[in-house]
Amino acid sequence: MPKVIYIDVDGERHETDVANGLSVMEGAIANGVTGILAICGGSCACSTCHGYIDEAWIELVGPPNEIEESTLELASERRAGSRLTCQIAMRDELDGLVVHVADNDG
Amino acid sequence: MAEPPIIVVGAGQAGLQIVDSLRRGGYSGRLMLIGDEKSLPYQRPPLSKQYMSENMSDDRLLFRPADYYEKKGVELILGEQVSAIDTQARTVVIDGQTCEYAKLAITTGASVRHIPVPGAELEGVCYLRSVEDAQYIRTQLSSGPQRVAAIGGGFIGLEIAASARELGHSVTVIEAQDRLMARVVAPLVSEYFGDLHRSHGVEVLLDAAVSGIERADDDSLIVDLTDGRRISADLIVVGIGSIPHSALAEAAGLTCNNGIVVDEFAQTSDPNVVAAGDCTMHKNARLNVSHRLESVQNAVDQAKIAAATLLGEPKPYEQVPWFWSDQFDAKLQMVGSSVGFDRTVLRGSIADGEFSVFYFNDGVLIGVDSVNRPSDHVTSRKLIANRTAVSDDVLTDIEQNLKTLL
Repeated sequence: MPKVIYIDVDGERHETDVANGLSVMEGAIANGVTGILAICGGSCACSTCHGYIDEAWIELVGPPNEIEESTLELASERRAGSRLTCQIAMRDELDGLVVHVADNDG
Repeated sequence: MAEPPIIVVGAGQAGLQIVDSLRRGGYSGRLMLIGDEKSLPYQRPPLSKQYMSENMSDDRLLFRPADYYEKKGVELILGEQVSAIDTQARTVVIDGQTCEYAKLAITTGASVRHIPVPGAELEGVCYLRSVEDAQYIRTQLSSGPQRVAAIGGGFIGLEIAASARELGHSVTVIEAQDRLMARVVAPLVSEYFGDLHRSHGVEVLLDAAVSGIERADDDSLIVDLTDGRRISADLIVVGIGSIPHSALAEAAGLTCNNGIVVDEFAQTSDPNVVAAGDCTMHKNARLNVSHRLESVQNAVDQAKIAAATLLGEPKPYEQVPWFWSDQFDAKLQMVGSSVGFDRTVLRGSIADGEFSVFYFNDGVLIGVDSVNRPSDHVTSRKLIANRTAVSDDVLTDIEQNLKTLL
C-alpha cells in the first residue's frame, strides 16, 4: 500500500499507508492529521482540506482541475503546490508523497 | 472531587467542532461529548450521495479516528440520551445519572419531519437522517431492481433520486409544490433540475400531494395522491424537511422558537449554556437576520463561535451561509439567501448546464445559486460578505471575470 507523509500545522510528521483509490484527504482524516478538516466531506465545495504538495512531488501529482482551481480561491494562503487533498486519489506512483498541511482552521 | 466538565450534548458536526475548537483554543479542562447514536461521530452529507452510489464503507464517514478522543482527552459517551438539563443546579441527566457541568453546549441537531398520512408506518417507508437509515436504504437498493418513490423534491429527495437512478433503479419524485427545491432556489433553477432528473429517466411529479400509503396485493407499496393518481413503489423515501431537536432545551426553560434561540455569540437565554447547528434559531450579525439553518457550514462556523464564547473570547457570528448539493453531474452551490428577492440576473447558459442566478433585494445582492460554475460561487461569497455593488453588465457577460468586481 502506498504511503503518504503528512506534515501537519504543528509540524508533526504522520507517515501512514493510504489505500489506492482513497483520497489524500481521507488518509489524513483516518489518521488524525491536525489541520485537515474537509467539512464538505470531499465534494470540492469548501477548501478546508487544503495542503501544499512538497516541491519534489508537484509535477507527478499534477495541477488542479477547473472546479478545484476555483474552490482553491477560498483557501488559506495559497502557494505553489496548493491542492485540495480531497481531489487527489492515491495511486502506487504517489508512494512516499509528502504533503504539508495548510492552516485550515483559521 | 474532579472539576465539572464542559459537556457537549450532541455528537454531530457542530458538537465535534466545538470539542475540536475548545482543544485547539487551549481549553485543557475536562470535556465530555455525548451522542445518542452508537457510531463514532460521522458526517451526514455523503449518506444521500457517495454512500449510496459508491458503496462507501462506514469508516470513511468518520470525522476523526477512534483514538482522537482519547488523545484529546475527550470523554466520549455514545448511544446515550440526555434526558434532562437543570440550568440552576448546572446538571444534566445521562442514562439516569446526574452529571454536573461547568458549561453546557447543546448541539442536538434536527430530526426528520414525519409524513402525517395513513400508511406512513408501513415497512418500506423510510427516512434518511442517520447512517442506520442509509444502511437500510442501501440494503434495499442492493436487493435487485427497485421502484423507488421519493416523497419530497428537496435536497434529500433529489439526491436519493439521483443516487438510486445511477444505480439503475426506476425512480419517481413526488413534490407537493409546483416546483422542486422551492424553499431554497429560484424557479429557473427548479426547472433546470426538473429537466435534469427527467433527462436521466426520473419521473418528476409536481403539485402532487400525498394522501396515503397502502400495501398492494403483491406486497409492494402504493403512494396515493390527492388527485387520485397512484404510484407503485417497492421503497419509499420521505424527505420533507426536519424539525429542530429543542425539546430538551425547552423543558429546561431555555427560550425556544423553531429551535433554541441564541444570539450572535451562540449564547442561549442561560449564561452557562451555548448552542450551535441545526437546532438553533440564531442571529447572524452581518446579515442582521435571525434564522434556523440546516447545513454543514452553519454547524461548523456557529460551533466555532460557541467555542469562542466558552473560551471567554467571544466573537460575533457573521459568516454568509453557503450550501451545496450534488445531483447527477450537476454541482449546485448556493450562497446567501434568496428570501425576499425582488429581482434576478442570470449569468451563463442554462442549456449548457453552467449558470448562476443572482438575487437582489432593493439593489443589494443577497444570494447566488450556481450550477457547475464554482468560480461564480466562490467570488459571490466575497461579494455578498462585502456587500459589493455589482453591475448587471459584468454579471451577464461570462467573458468578464467576476473577480474584477472585488
